[in-house]
Amino acid sequence: MSSYQNIFTQVQVRPSHPEEGVAVPHMTRDTGAFFVDLLGKFGNAQIGPIYLGGLGILSLTFGFIAFEIIGLNMLASVHWSPIQFVRQLPWLALEPPRPEYGLKIFPPLNEGGWWLMAGFFLTMSLLSWWARMYRRARALGLGTHTAWAFAAAIWLYLVLGFIRPVLMGHWSEAVPFGIFPHLDWTAAFSIRYGNLFYNPFHMLSIAFLYGSALLFAMHGATILAVGRYGGEREIEQILDRGTASERAALFWRWTMGFNATMESIHRWAWWFAVLCPFVGGIGILLTGTVVDNWYLWGVHHGIAPAYPHVFPAVVDPASGASQ
Amino acid sequence: MRIAGILLGGVIVFLLTFAMLFTAGWTAPPIVSTQSGYRGTAMDQLTTPAIQKALKAANVPPDPIDPASPDGDKATATYQNVQVLTDLSADQFNRVMLGLAAWVGGEQGCAYCHNPDNMADDSMYTKKVARRMLQMTRHINADWQAHVGATGVTCYTCHRGQPVPLYIWHTQPGQEVAGFAATNDGFGHPNKTNGSTALSGDPLTPLLEAKGNIRVQATQALPVGYGASIQSTERTYSLMMSISKSLGVNCTFCHNTREFGQWAESTPQRVTAWHGIQMVRDLNAAYLDPLQSVFPATRLGPLGDSPKIYCATCHQGVNKPLLGVSLAKDWPELGGVVTK
Repeated sequence: MSSYQNIFTQVQVRPSHPEEGVAVPHMTRDTGAFFVDLLGKFGNAQIGPIYLGGLGILSLTFGFIAFEIIGLNMLASVHWSPIQFVRQLPWLALEPPRPEYGLKIFPPLNEGGWWLMAGFFLTMSLLSWWARMYRRARALGLGTHTAWAFAAAIWLYLVLGFIRPVLMGHWSEAVPFGIFPHLDWTAAFSIRYGNLFYNPFHMLSIAFLYGSALLFAMHGATILAVGRYGGEREIEQILDRGTASERAALFWRWTMGFNATMESIHRWAWWFAVLCPFVGGIGILLTGTVVDNWYLWGVHHGIAPAYPHVFPAVVDPASGASQ
Repeated sequence: MRIAGILLGGVIVFLLTFAMLFTAGWTAPPIVSTQSGYRGTAMDQLTTPAIQKALKAANVPPDPIDPASPDGDKATATYQNVQVLTDLSADQFNRVMLGLAAWVGGEQGCAYCHNPDNMADDSMYTKKVARRMLQMTRHINADWQAHVGATGVTCYTCHRGQPVPLYIWHTQPGQEVAGFAATNDGFGHPNKTNGSTALSGDPLTPLLEAKGNIRVQATQALPVGYGASIQSTERTYSLMMSISKSLGVNCTFCHNTREFGQWAESTPQRVTAWHGIQMVRDLNAAYLDPLQSVFPATRLGPLGDSPKIYCATCHQGVNKPLLGVSLAKDWPELGGVVTK
């Protein structure tokens, strides 16, 4: 007999007809759902029913406009060559306006105007997708935890691309669109503001990021390990604690003296995931606005240790010189 | 369907693995690391025996040429139209000409610059350029010891036997885009200068054809107004990538990377590099740029500018050109005299 004890999915639970879900008032039941065997190896084999709705259409439209603005500008930057577009795609960029444009709302299109438009439409897309998540959760009688977790990510996005640039008075402080461009921006941003590693909120954000990965690994491993006792039915175990739950709890008490409960582990996970972008956003917001060099700030507050000097004394050659 | 899915997955996994293993440009081990900074600061230089071997083969000094006596008739008394090497004896002058033929003349030797029928003739542009380059070499050895030290330079440091040095640069037209598409200020296109990053594609024109410092970090913890922009930070970063590639070193050769800007945490090499940047700016502005009217169109860049130098022109992948062998000490003819 098959069981859920393997790290690979061995059993596809598949009803004879696609599940339609619970009855929701004021909604026609639209099935159109189907099964995909390959997807069943990774998750649930059932695809659909999909709810698009007004907000979904709005979000996809805004998102498509932003995607087109970014993509077509990238394509134009390689002289509309499809081959160069594919070759250079990871490097291609859509850059914000130069510093001299400040916070001008309508800089020339080719010097940041497109970036502002893409940012506007992408933001509208994200916000309407957020509203859609909120309303779908409400329609099903769920809590709105997913929407608020998504809001934490949108907060970081808005700090990077809108709130902080506005506080700094320059769109040029914002992140460019592009795969490597936004990564190079990150490196340059950290260097410009004296090493983000000395930013306490960056430290917290990293702790919550790595902590999220650790918690997910611990929780995933725990549930798979007690799957042979029905532990994967987590909700059932919350209401009616069985031997799976008891064994999992005892395992963690044995190994580290403390354990989360079947329900609180999800609270741990939610807070770690939400706090990662939330405190990260605070760290970015403070950078350049109230702290200009995090390393020197760290030295001032005793965070950055002093190392013994192993080189002959080095003096800035430009100090005192006319150069 | 199921079999097809498994097969498709297998093929994708195989292709990705193949691409990762054989196209990623790995450096073959063993990696040799040499620690330079205090433990825990990750300040060390990495290389491999294969890289060292290749650099050694590519940086062989030229055959020495017997010294010449500074006594005897002056070159000006023996030859016509001597304008730069006026302080040399005829023997020393001939020695420099021998060196030039071997270091710069390429296959044509003397005839690359001289009209064989009349050596004093100034009709060839190459002779006018060579004359200016001799002045530049003396200027470097006399006035830029902050960068070249007592090691000094000769023509060979850059030319390596070729009329045109391997590593020169021109201002590139950039990725000009038509109409109202985003120009992106030249960001977002990888090349050899910016170390295959999405940083500024041409950091050399704005930073090496300029004056002033290129530093971007704040020197105080709290803000006192709007400092360097992210864009200028990325331009400096891009120039640093170019320096790193030119010298075959990583960031920690000069910097303690926990704080790039701090001079007190940097290595003495950073001071040498700082003088190097000033030297390149001086040489381009005073020697290379003005030759624009002398060079024929084929030697000029796509925007009509002179060929220019940067770190790689001399360094060619090693932090000490020619692996630190001093040629200038054998060539008093090319140093020790302040021109201008």
